[in-house]
Amino acid sequence: MTASEYRVLPGPEGYLPPAAACMGVTLPEPGEALVEGKIVPEEDALQRIAEKLLAARNPVFFPGPLVLWAWREGVAEKAKAVLELVEAAGARVIPMPDYRPKYPMINPAVEINPNHPNLTIWHNRIDVGVFVGVHCHYANVALKIIRGGTDCYTIALCGEMGHEDAMITLRSVDTAKLRRLTEAVKALAQAGLPRAAGEHGRR
Amino acid sequence: MAIQRVVTPEHLFFEAEREKQFITGSEAVREAIRRANVDLAISYPITPQSESMHLVGDIYAEGYLKEYFRGESEFAVMAEVAGASMGGVRVFTATGGPGTLRAFEMFPTWAGARLPIVCTFLTRGVNSPLTIQPDTIEMAFMLDTGMLMFHAENAQDLYDMILKAFVIAEQPDVHLPVGVFADGFFVTHTREQVAVAPADLKLPPYDPYAAPVPVMDMESAPVRQMRDPFVMKSNFISYAAHASWQQEILAAQERARKYVHRYLEGLVDVEHPEAAVLVVTSGTMVSQSREAVAVARQQGLDIGLVKVKSLRPFPREEIKTLARQARTIIVPEYNRVGWLCREVKAVVEDTTKVIGGPRVFGGMTMPPEVVLAQIRRCCA
Repeated sequence: MTASEYRVLPGPEGYLPPAAACMGVTLPEPGEALVEGKIVPEEDALQRIAEKLLAARNPVFFPGPLVLWAWREGVAEKAKAVLELVEAAGARVIPMPDYRPKYPMINPAVEINPNHPNLTIWHNRIDVGVFVGVHCHYANVALKIIRGGTDCYTIALCGEMGHEDAMITLRSVDTAKLRRLTEAVKALAQAGLPRAAGEHGRR
Repeated sequence: MAIQRVVTPEHLFFEAEREKQFITGSEAVREAIRRANVDLAISYPITPQSESMHLVGDIYAEGYLKEYFRGESEFAVMAEVAGASMGGVRVFTATGGPGTLRAFEMFPTWAGARLPIVCTFLTRGVNSPLTIQPDTIEMAFMLDTGMLMFHAENAQDLYDMILKAFVIAEQPDVHLPVGVFADGFFVTHTREQVAVAPADLKLPPYDPYAAPVPVMDMESAPVRQMRDPFVMKSNFISYAAHASWQQEILAAQERARKYVHRYLEGLVDVEHPEAAVLVVTSGTMVSQSREAVAVARQQGLDIGLVKVKSLRPFPREEIKTLARQARTIIVPEYNRVGWLCREVKAVVEDTTKVIGGPRVFGGMTMPPEVVLAQIRRCCA
C-alpha cells in the first residue's frame, strides 16, 4: 500500500468530496492516530486535539447514542468522562440523539443529525466539532458532508477503529483515554495557550 | 447443541492441526459452517447449490446451528437473512445462477445496511434456453453491489474462504456482506482432499454491538429505532446524504484490504511474477491454467500465473505492478462477457497488453490445451 497524498482538511471541499479511505487514507493501528490524513503517534494527536479545542472560537461536542444511553456497563462512566472533557475545553454540547430523518427539518440549535449535519454547523457557527459515541457508519456519513460544505474542523473520538473523514481521529477511545485527553487539555490551558474569543461568551 | 470450544480465528485458520477429508465442495461448505458458530441459516434450493444448504440442515439437526429453515423463494431468503443480521445474529445462506438474479435486489441492500452476511454463490449459467451447467456470468452482475467477493479455486479454498469471510465481514470498520463464489459442479460436485480444523473448534461469536450501525434488538441504543431509509425526499440534502452513504460502502470495501491480506494471505497468489507472459485468472480456471503453465514452462516458455482470490476489493495495485514488467497478460474465463478481463484492463497502464480469453461458457469445460495454445501464441 502506498502512502496517501490526500489531505483531510477543513472545507468547504466541494460539491461531493471523496471518502478519504478511497483516496488512500488508512485507519490507525493501536497506539496511532490520524491527523489530517496522516498516521501519527497517539500522543501527538492528543496534543493536537487539545490545541484545536483551546484555540477554537466555538468548539462543540456531538455525543451520539453510544454515550447518551447507559446501554451497557461502563457507558455512564464514559459519558461522565466526556462531560469532564467538555468542561475542560470550555465547549458546548449539541447531541446526536438518533439517526432518523426528521422533516421538514431538525432544530439545529438543539441537535445535529447525520443526514444534514451542516445545518447545525452553519446555524451555530461551529468551528471545531467533536464526534463521540456516534455509530461509525453515521459518523462517516456526517463527516464527509461537513467537510464538503463547511469549514468546521472535525475531531472523531471513536470507540472502534477511527474515522478517515475526520481531520483528527483517535481510535479505541475508552474512559481512560478520554481522561488522558482531558488532562492534556487542562495542562495546555494552564500553560496559557491564547484562546479565541468565544461566540457564546463561554470564557 | 454440539459441544465446541471457541478459539481465536488465527488459531482456527493457521494453528490448529488439520485433518484431511475426501469431500465434495458442497461438503466443504458444511464443514466450514460446522466451525463458523453460525446462529441462523436459511435455505432455498437451486442447482448446483441445493446440496450445500441441505447439508447445512444436517448439521443443524446435529446441534451446530441455533436455527435453520427453508425460505419461500430466493428473494425471501435474502430478505430474511437481512432481518436476522439486523437483529444481531450471524447468518449464512447460499444460492447460485438464476437464484442469484431472483434475489438480486437484496445484495446492494445488504451492503447499504452494513450487514455482515456471508453468502456462498455456487455459480451456474444464466440463460435461455435453460442451463444448469457451470458458468461465472452472475459474477459480472455482482461486482458493483457493494459486497466483498472472493473466488474459490477448489473445495479447500471454499472451506477456508467461508470461515475467513465471517471474520472479515464482521470487522467494525468493514461490516459488509461477503459473497464466496465457487464454480458450480466443478467445485460443488467434485470430491477432493480438504484439510479441515477439528470439529470441536469454532469461531468466536459475532459481536453486533461493535457494528457501525445500531443493532435492531430493541434494547441497544438508540432504543427502538429503525435503521431508517432516511431519504425519500427530493432535495439536495437528501441526495448528498445518499451520496455520502454510498461512498461509505466503497470506503468500507477499501478498509477490507488489510483483512484480506491478513486472513487470505493476499488478494492474489503469484507464480513466476517475473515472467514475460502472465496468465491472470480466478476460480477453477486457475487449476486449468496451472496445468497449462506447467507444461509451457517445461517447454521453456517464459510464463507465470496470477490467481485472483479477491475480486472486491480488487487487487488494483498488485495487478498494475505485475503488468508493468509483463509483455502480455492472458485472461481466460468461464463466461462469455469477460468480466475479469474488463477488471484487469481497468487497472493496467497499457491495456494493449491484455488478451481476453480463451473463454468458454454454457457449461463447456476448458481443456488446459486450449489455454496452452493461447500461451504459445502469446510467447511466439
